[in-house]
Amino acid sequence: MNELFTVPVLLGILYSGVRLATPYLYAALGEMFAQRSGVVNLGVDGIMLMGAFAAFFVVSNTGNLLLGVLAAMLVGLLMGLIMSFVSVNLQAEQGISGIGLYLFGLGLSSLLFKKLSVSTRAIEGFPALPIPVLSDLPEIGDVFFKHNILVYIAFALVPVAAFVLNHTTLGLKVRAAGMKPEAADSLGVSVARVRYLCVTFGSMMAGLAGASLSIGLINLFQENMTSGLGFIAVALVYFGGWTPLGVMIGALLFSMVNALQLWVQVKAIPIPSDLAVMLPYILTIAALVLGRRARQPAALSKPFSRGEN
Amino acid sequence: MQRAKVLFERSLSALTPFLAVLLALAVGAIMLFALKVDPITAYGALIEGAFGSPFALAQVLVKATPLLLVGLGICIAFRGGVINIGGEGQIIVGALATAAFTLALPQAPAIVLLVGGMLCGMLAGGIWGGIAGALKARFGVNEILTTIMMNAIAAQLANFLLRGPMIDPIEVKNGTMLAQSARLPELSWLPKLVPQTLLHAGAIVAVIMAVVVYILLWRTVLGYRIRAVGLNAEAARFAGIRVPVYQALALLLSGVMAGLAGSVEVLGVSHRMMDGVSGGYGFSGIVAALFGKLHPLGAIPASALFGSLLVGADKMQRAVQVPSALIDALNGLVVLFVVSSDILVRRRAQRRKAAERKS
Repeated sequence: MNELFTVPVLLGILYSGVRLATPYLYAALGEMFAQRSGVVNLGVDGIMLMGAFAAFFVVSNTGNLLLGVLAAMLVGLLMGLIMSFVSVNLQAEQGISGIGLYLFGLGLSSLLFKKLSVSTRAIEGFPALPIPVLSDLPEIGDVFFKHNILVYIAFALVPVAAFVLNHTTLGLKVRAAGMKPEAADSLGVSVARVRYLCVTFGSMMAGLAGASLSIGLINLFQENMTSGLGFIAVALVYFGGWTPLGVMIGALLFSMVNALQLWVQVKAIPIPSDLAVMLPYILTIAALVLGRRARQPAALSKPFSRGEN
Repeated sequence: MQRAKVLFERSLSALTPFLAVLLALAVGAIMLFALKVDPITAYGALIEGAFGSPFALAQVLVKATPLLLVGLGICIAFRGGVINIGGEGQIIVGALATAAFTLALPQAPAIVLLVGGMLCGMLAGGIWGGIAGALKARFGVNEILTTIMMNAIAAQLANFLLRGPMIDPIEVKNGTMLAQSARLPELSWLPKLVPQTLLHAGAIVAVIMAVVVYILLWRTVLGYRIRAVGLNAEAARFAGIRVPVYQALALLLSGVMAGLAGSVEVLGVSHRMMDGVSGGYGFSGIVAALFGKLHPLGAIPASALFGSLLVGADKMQRAVQVPSALIDALNGLVVLFVVSSDILVRRRAQRRKAAERKS
């Protein structure tokens, strides 16, 4: 046990935790906007897989990382339009249609991966980008300021998301669409348009989350490489009480425990690491039980139709 | 006239799943075409793979068995207005419990092993689903999230048990350390139905359960209340039905069915507990249930259909190198199309009612 809790190891875990939080953060921040507007998009994991594939495919063929990111976001945009159409226009049950979208993404990404004979070798992903001065700080510099650009952007999005949500007209419309769509509608806000925007934005973020895995973290594509990470991202939105800060804390919690478990495995420390990995899931359930559900958007997962019937 | 219209609506609603599958296959054909595969060759291999030999046909039923059991659970849950995404986890804990029970009693007679094993699986699955149900009933926690979390917990639990307490002693001795349990005592294996094939008695268990679930939902007070809660929770509440209790029960029973699917897989197919026992059935069972219009008897042909897709896909992968992942994508499309088509049926019924009011 003592071997685990030394300063370098703890710093290593913190560093990996910050790094591994990236895909959770992108996906969960995007999903948060969808949910604040009243739509639960359960297809996040499938969109992430498609995004991860698209980014990896483009980068392994062109070597252009930016193009890879754009491809992932484009794929996310397209899948977001499908989810929007199904949940806004067709008013389908969101829990089930999300599973449909997930299966579609899971299947299609594997199909394309095998059929397009994409390289199975690692690519040159986003390089570490030490921030001048800050990265020279003892310890803290190593933990926080020697990551790649995708990591920085993910964390920078947290305050941006909070600002947009709480201090802009758009944010007000989003919250209104999720809380009281009838009221928003009577004040001339197009609930449909707001939900389209949020779901599609959320899906683009999910695509980006996939890219952050395949060309930012692992630099590989594997079938079902997310292994349910996208579902966790959906849960993190509840966990975080529909606030960007809460989502970030949840993402860090999950990634830190994962990092800890990796270290435990590497060091072959005899504690059952499989049990340690359960901890964040149990914590999430506990947080859902104890959490303040008052914050939940009142119209979450309820389709809205403009009083025609 | 009015009756003709209602009849038309009903048949339209029964037909939509078929249209959804055809549409999905059509989209799949376009995808194959874009990947420079001749869709006719691919689908030909798929059909041949599923129906081309007695062995293949038996294999279809082998795959249909867990699909049907999970699908039955989904019928109960969705009829009760709750969503169970936890099929995967419930299968895993069901399989774990069954394996643990039979391994603990190697000398017991077959009937004890089989019945006890399946009851253990149902119990474990029921607990797994019931936790989500209880949390929803007591604390209002969204069951979609808890079932997803319980999936992950079940997977980790299996990882832990299969590498530690439940690992096959032979794996330890050989130093291979493969994460799987020892082989179950042979007496606990579900008997073969057709020699030279893998078809086992689990298929019969599943069909019997379909009838049981039908009777439960349509011929018992419990089932009536579950359906009432699912149809209109407000109305059910005013009628004095304790909505949260019946939602929780629906989730619990849903878990029981998925847990039984895990038992049957272990007792009938793998004869030991290992990784990947859930095989995505937790999700594809949802597709089968939706295709069967959430009717337990409709789920029987539906699971056979989706079982044949799974078996055919293996052949397609080997014969014409089209990855079987295509079937996942098609399943996803079927789900999207089925849930989306609901609105067409709903709108039609609304229009008719509006017209009735006017006249």
